[in-house]
Amino acid sequence: MICHTGTVSSSKSSAIRRVALIGQPNTGKSTFFNRVTGATAFVGNWPGITVDLYQANVQINGETIEFVDLPGIYDLHGFSEDEKVVQQFLQSFPIDLGVIIINASQIDRQIRLPLQFRDLGLPSVILLNMADEARRYGIEIDTDLLGQRLGIPICLISAKYGKGYTNAYLEIARTLTVDRPACLLNANDLEKSRQIPPAEIEFLLAETVRMPSRIRRNLTAKIDHFILHPLFGLPIFFAGMFALFSIVWNLGLPSQGFMDSLTSWIQGNLLEPLGQSLPEIVRDFLINGLWGGVATVASFIPLIMLFFILMAVLEDSGYLSRSAYLMDALMARLGLDGRSFVLQIMGFGCNVPALMGTRVMRSRAARLLTMLMIPFALCSARLQVFVFIIAAVFPNGNGAIVLFSLYLLSFAVALGTAALFQGVLKNEEPFVLELPPYRFPTPRQVFLRAWGEVQQFLTRASRYIILGCVAIWFLTNLPLGATGLDTWGGQIGQWFSPIMKPIGINPYLTLSLIFGFIAKEVVVGAFAVIYGLNSDTAILAEVGRTVTFIQGYSFCIFCLLYTPCLTTIVTIYKEAKSWKFTLFSLGLSLGIAWLASFIFYQSALLVIAHR
Amino acid sequence: MTLAELNTGQMAIVSEIRVGRHGQGLSNRLEAMGMITNKLVTVLRKAGLGGPLHVRIGLTTEVAIRRAEAKMVGIQLLDVAE
Repeated sequence: MICHTGTVSSSKSSAIRRVALIGQPNTGKSTFFNRVTGATAFVGNWPGITVDLYQANVQINGETIEFVDLPGIYDLHGFSEDEKVVQQFLQSFPIDLGVIIINASQIDRQIRLPLQFRDLGLPSVILLNMADEARRYGIEIDTDLLGQRLGIPICLISAKYGKGYTNAYLEIARTLTVDRPACLLNANDLEKSRQIPPAEIEFLLAETVRMPSRIRRNLTAKIDHFILHPLFGLPIFFAGMFALFSIVWNLGLPSQGFMDSLTSWIQGNLLEPLGQSLPEIVRDFLINGLWGGVATVASFIPLIMLFFILMAVLEDSGYLSRSAYLMDALMARLGLDGRSFVLQIMGFGCNVPALMGTRVMRSRAARLLTMLMIPFALCSARLQVFVFIIAAVFPNGNGAIVLFSLYLLSFAVALGTAALFQGVLKNEEPFVLELPPYRFPTPRQVFLRAWGEVQQFLTRASRYIILGCVAIWFLTNLPLGATGLDTWGGQIGQWFSPIMKPIGINPYLTLSLIFGFIAKEVVVGAFAVIYGLNSDTAILAEVGRTVTFIQGYSFCIFCLLYTPCLTTIVTIYKEAKSWKFTLFSLGLSLGIAWLASFIFYQSALLVIAHR
Repeated sequence: MTLAELNTGQMAIVSEIRVGRHGQGLSNRLEAMGMITNKLVTVLRKAGLGGPLHVRIGLTTEVAIRRAEAKMVGIQLLDVAE
């Protein structure tokens, strides 16, 4: 217990003091954090810490105090990734105060965490959250007496409805006025700190907490009776997923179109007139390269917002954990749980937010495995390409079957990938998942979450996306004056032809796939540049004339399975924090795309030859 | 008898947590979730196709636990049915 003996590297008096938020999952810890810090929170930079930690500066006693939201943990000695992160954090960065959030109705088991903290000599304040829920269960807590026995101040709060904050604030402020060195643990402390014997907890709670002898059948039990029904549970789940998918489809995609028309309005009415005096090549670079990148970033904003509003509602209401219960029998065989399924479905709207959403899965192996699957989900952008190609090369009205087969292929490849790699990315964590009672998400909570995700996307990904768009512009516009196959991109397309010919993709289409690296939305537009044609009908006719339908289908397969877009790659990198994994994912999708197209194209040629 | 063998609606108390392939990790996690000796457990429902169990621990904690993990929890039956 180095904190009391003064052997800690006590921070200089000028250093900002630090408060760490600690608590089990589902205790409303992040809600409290959001309430206290408002929209000022940001993802901090903590060397050696592998997950994102939110932090914010809060004024207390006229002093700037740093608040850090640590991931939810069950046990200070736990084995899960989050528990290791917290252990690592407490050993790397000194803290002045631990604010421990406890779900009041589960105080009988959650009290272990502050006891472990106390044994380590870390100063702390306990916040008993969801006091209203505990009262409904008939649980009575004598907070004053409990606080005395523990020697730790306790406050009752309702993080969700913002009650009890003044008290909590005053208590935190009061505890911080005590001048003591900041606490830094070392590995020995953690090893030595004992497990809390159940008898100690029993003794502590004997006169301070009164639990009812049994509880009434509550609303959660009634809802679960239907929603987790052995027979109807799954159909209800699938209906819900369909509804979710429809919302992303019917609201999210038009919102993307809205952003596109906004950015093209700015381009047409502001940028183009302004750039009139510039040389054509410079103007083209600024508008189609740089501004194109900005527009790509912008088009994702409303989609990410909507996605995380839905995600927050699913998560905060308690249904996401229940989906894991419902789908576990099927997904466990793939080394995953039901939450990966939900994300995969949302990936059919757009891969990017789905990848960001994998953070709800706390096992790194399960998260990486899901991130490997999601890019195979046939997103809306790819759909645009397929609709165009189908119109060009399948004029006989079988388009629906073609499209449906592509959806099936998307699912099959995603599941196959999981099956193939579940041995490598092995999820070692035991499956014991808490099913919290159903709770109404508050609009404020939901909005803050969605807004936070948009901010993160902008700060993390925008640079790379704009840079990528600029690079592609160079590839497709240089050398000066060249068009179509004469550009560097076109030459690369021709250079690749020994590889692309066996899968039936000509250099023109290869070039469009290089464009498609930015975003699939660009592919169709790129045909105009590549073929040097202006009207859609002319391009349709040209593609229909030069591409057979098996070549067209092979192109669709390749387009479906190779990298969805630059934004997806950047997001994978930002989420996995590993170039190796990102390159592996990229290589895997290119490999699978080529192989699938090759198998299809060559067998189709064989069948035709033998007919 | 283990938690995996408990019928839906039956109540039991935990008698031991066995150390399985997850070692101390699982028992730590279960303990943090309130699954300790002498604690009341009830199986609320079982998911189809060999899926997980929906278990209430004590009065106010509910968890989904896979059958393999439930086998690690030794229990003693209580005679009262809910």
